[in-house]
Amino acid sequence: MSDTMTNTQATGGDGAEAPRGVENLPMVKALNAGLRQAMLDDPRVLMMGEDIGRLGGVFRVTEGLQPEFGTDRVLDTPLAESGIIGTAIGLAMHGFRPVCEIQFDGFIYPGFDQITSQLAKLTNRHEGQLSMPLVIRVPYGGHIGAVEHHQESPEAYFAHTPGLRAVSPSTPNDAYWMIQEAIASNDPVMFFEPKSRYWPKGEVDFSSSAVPLHASRVVRTGTDVTLVGHGAMVTVLLQAAELAAAEGTSVEVVDLRSLSPVDYGPVVESVRKTGRAVVAQEASGFASIGSEIAATITERAFYSLEAPVLRVSGFDTPFPPAKLEGLFLPDADRILEAVDRSLAY
Amino acid sequence: MQFLSTDGVFSVSEQSEQYAPYLERLTEADHRRFYRDMSVVRAFDVESANLQRQGQLALWVPSFGQEAAQVGSAHAARPQDHLFPSYREHAVGFVRGIDLLNVLRLLRGVTHGGWDPKDPTNGNFHLYTLVIGSQTLHATGYALGQKLDGRTNTGNHETDEATMVYFGDGATSQGDVSEALVFASSYQTPQVFFLQNNHWAISVPVTTQSRTPLHRRGDGFGVPNVQVDGNDVLASFAVTAKHLDDARSGQGPQLIEALTYRIGAHTTSDDPTKYRTQEELDSWVAKDPIARFEAYLRSQNAPQSFFDDVDAEAKDFASDIRCRTLALETPDMSLMFDHVYSEPHPLLEEQKAWLAQYENSMNGGESA
Ligand SMILES: Cc1ncc(C[n+]2csc(CCOP(=O)(O)OP(=O)(O)O)c2C)c(N)n1
Repeated sequence: MSDTMTNTQATGGDGAEAPRGVENLPMVKALNAGLRQAMLDDPRVLMMGEDIGRLGGVFRVTEGLQPEFGTDRVLDTPLAESGIIGTAIGLAMHGFRPVCEIQFDGFIYPGFDQITSQLAKLTNRHEGQLSMPLVIRVPYGGHIGAVEHHQESPEAYFAHTPGLRAVSPSTPNDAYWMIQEAIASNDPVMFFEPKSRYWPKGEVDFSSSAVPLHASRVVRTGTDVTLVGHGAMVTVLLQAAELAAAEGTSVEVVDLRSLSPVDYGPVVESVRKTGRAVVAQEASGFASIGSEIAATITERAFYSLEAPVLRVSGFDTPFPPAKLEGLFLPDADRILEAVDRSLAY
Repeated sequence: MQFLSTDGVFSVSEQSEQYAPYLERLTEADHRRFYRDMSVVRAFDVESANLQRQGQLALWVPSFGQEAAQVGSAHAARPQDHLFPSYREHAVGFVRGIDLLNVLRLLRGVTHGGWDPKDPTNGNFHLYTLVIGSQTLHATGYALGQKLDGRTNTGNHETDEATMVYFGDGATSQGDVSEALVFASSYQTPQVFFLQNNHWAISVPVTTQSRTPLHRRGDGFGVPNVQVDGNDVLASFAVTAKHLDDARSGQGPQLIEALTYRIGAHTTSDDPTKYRTQEELDSWVAKDPIARFEAYLRSQNAPQSFFDDVDAEAKDFASDIRCRTLALETPDMSLMFDHVYSEPHPLLEEQKAWLAQYENSMNGGESA
């Protein structure tokens, strides 16, 4: 702990044992465990955000961390996203590894300038003399019936920005491991947490990480069509695959996990096998992650394709009022409609 | 700055003297109107929280405890003034004449807006803004427009315009709010910044946002400022009336900090017991703005029948809101596509047509 900090005894850890084995946990608890582990492993890791300390975050992802690690390592910030990111940049220059929480997807934009013009470019500006080991956690996406600015999927803006890495876990297990890997990364990582997946439980294997941070992964094997997605969409794709199986169509599902860089290996390999691909996301489709993936599949697997790569996404409208979210967000039926179109070529 | 003590006793101090003349504008009927507005909106607020609990609203944002700051300041605005709220200003909207069902439509998730600020029946009450602090800049731009168009500072208070923007103590930390003060000061806009310091930004106390009383920020921007007891409806009225008139008569932007308290949760998703003490809450419940004004009115011989009538009206209002909320229908999908641009956009037309056809096929109609 730096001698500039006052609360020196709060270097963290109440000595509680790290979890072991396999546990069934919701993603919020898995993230909480991952954050805690990262703070135990490295005393330079600290957290910043609105309501993350005393309240434990509006989603309770940081619950218990301020009591355990102290107010010098879990900072309840003034209400200013540009302030959070900009200050975290300075802390990182001083050798800390800040993990910032943005309360909701739609509130990241006051911090956009600091993220895109500063955070993303500082390593480059310093010609490699400086690294920016910052993580920005962003609860994102729809399906929670909330008011405006609380259901958005802004990941493309950040994946588009050179200098930032971007990832999104789809399961509690990935959340536990990926948050630690993101914090260990020496580059800034945008960490998109699919909030509709915050509460369903899943197995977390505390003994070892399955795959590296930036690896994509086949989560269901099949032979007829490849479905590609990330975050909460992966669950929808798996539902669609189930429904398709009942109708005799064998669907393979690839979870991207990382949005920048994208690990195209498993994606392209899958499409070479199936000859068909549907890329799905909650975000609006125009100039999106899905567009990028579709274009790259076409470039790299052109001779294997039996049909154009299709995209399913939110419409090119603002995220609608909650009562219309079911029309905006792609569901399993919308995915299957695209699967049918692909198969019809 | 205060006229009414917490137990409703009226007095004028050295500090409040300059504001006292503004109280002369008020008749007994106005006083009763203030009380009635605060009481009706409180009943509305409680009913809305119930509706949320019963699954009829996605969320509810209580105004409970802040009625005097809102009703006093809103009544101080003249009809030609424009008001930019944050998202908790239900009482301001009510005073300015919007149908509060529109606020429930927003929180039920059938609209992002709710009302048309250009409709004269809506009292120049602009839409709610959920991104903290943004509306302060919009208000500054609006006020600058009033100035550029010569709609202010002609010497006639009955027609000269001003703008008032509402924001919270948490919002004062946002860059936008500082920028709004800079622009307003630079262009000397006819504008009042009305800060409701309700002491909490969700779980974060105001002391995290500022080490000085917030109104004193105005000094650094060259903006005249004052702190008022926001639970005193008469003080809130008089202070706002004066500073709006200063603003409309060429004296530039003004900052009012109204000290009040968010008695309820931040929203229905929030659990304030996690971060504040019962003692603190109790100390503010004891300063309740409605009880205080009731004590004052009783000391002025307002009859019991008046209070009974207001009670009955508040209950009727709440039950009417309940019925109309339950009757709200899910909007047509065209709402999603039709207002993204004001001129046709080919991509959206294509997507809207696709969705219509797709929905039709899913509902057993002809498939694509
Ligand atoms: C830019 C932005 N960041 C975060 C939020 C989430 N949020 C909603 S209300 C709130 C606290 C606001 O406090 P204050 O300005 O004091 O107003 P109050 O809610 O107390 O009326 C926060 C952090 C938001 N709406 N906008």
